[in-house]
Amino acid sequence: MVTDTGGGGDESKILDMMSAFLYLDPVSYEEKGTWVYLVTSAGAYAVYLVIVVGRVVHVSVLLWTAGASIVANMVGRVAVETARPSDSRRADVRDREIYRFGEYASRWFLVAGAAAAPFMAMARWDYFWIANAIYLGFALWAVAGSVLKLLAYRRGLQSPA
Amino acid sequence: MSKPTRITNSIRALRFAHEEMTQAQLAERIGVTRQTVIAIEQGRYSPSLEMAFQVSRVFKVPLDEVFQYPDGEGEAP
Repeated sequence: MVTDTGGGGDESKILDMMSAFLYLDPVSYEEKGTWVYLVTSAGAYAVYLVIVVGRVVHVSVLLWTAGASIVANMVGRVAVETARPSDSRRADVRDREIYRFGEYASRWFLVAGAAAAPFMAMARWDYFWIANAIYLGFALWAVAGSVLKLLAYRRGLQSPA
Repeated sequence: MSKPTRITNSIRALRFAHEEMTQAQLAERIGVTRQTVIAIEQGRYSPSLEMAFQVSRVFKVPLDEVFQYPDGEGEAP
């Protein structure tokens, strides 16, 4: 009979948790991708806000920042993979479970943005605010989903739920 | 967020007892990434029952020599 290791002893548990949060363990391809998605989606929304607050015509800015965030996400993933190559680019069962958990738990932001739009239209709000409410919903969904996935990668995800 | 698992495991010790099998080798045998093996060893991820059996088959030992659950947990009152 071999001795227990995983999960055994408070000290080793604390060390394991520290190494997870300090990123001392290798990081999977999917987790790196989640980081890139978080940075690009939050960054694009921040750029959008800065420009709109600066009173530039907002419809083109909205489209440009949304498009730029998609391009930045692809470029970012290639850049991270070039700098820190992953062992494998295949998502495994844990990656898929974490993805589903993050999408499921963060979907309310998307729902709130979409649900707010018809009510704002009925109340005859300016289309500027309706478009912004929907875009904010998308941005919060992307950011909250990424943060929850990263926490699940680091703190742990117990399965099956 | 889910509460931490109470399941412990002996995977790290079993790997060393099996010709110092690396995490990458075990990961390849059970079809997951190395990061998932690390997460299981550290108790940050509870694998499915099917994956648990796959791990025990790799080491050729019964399931409860790989994964342990504290006495008194989950028993009917």
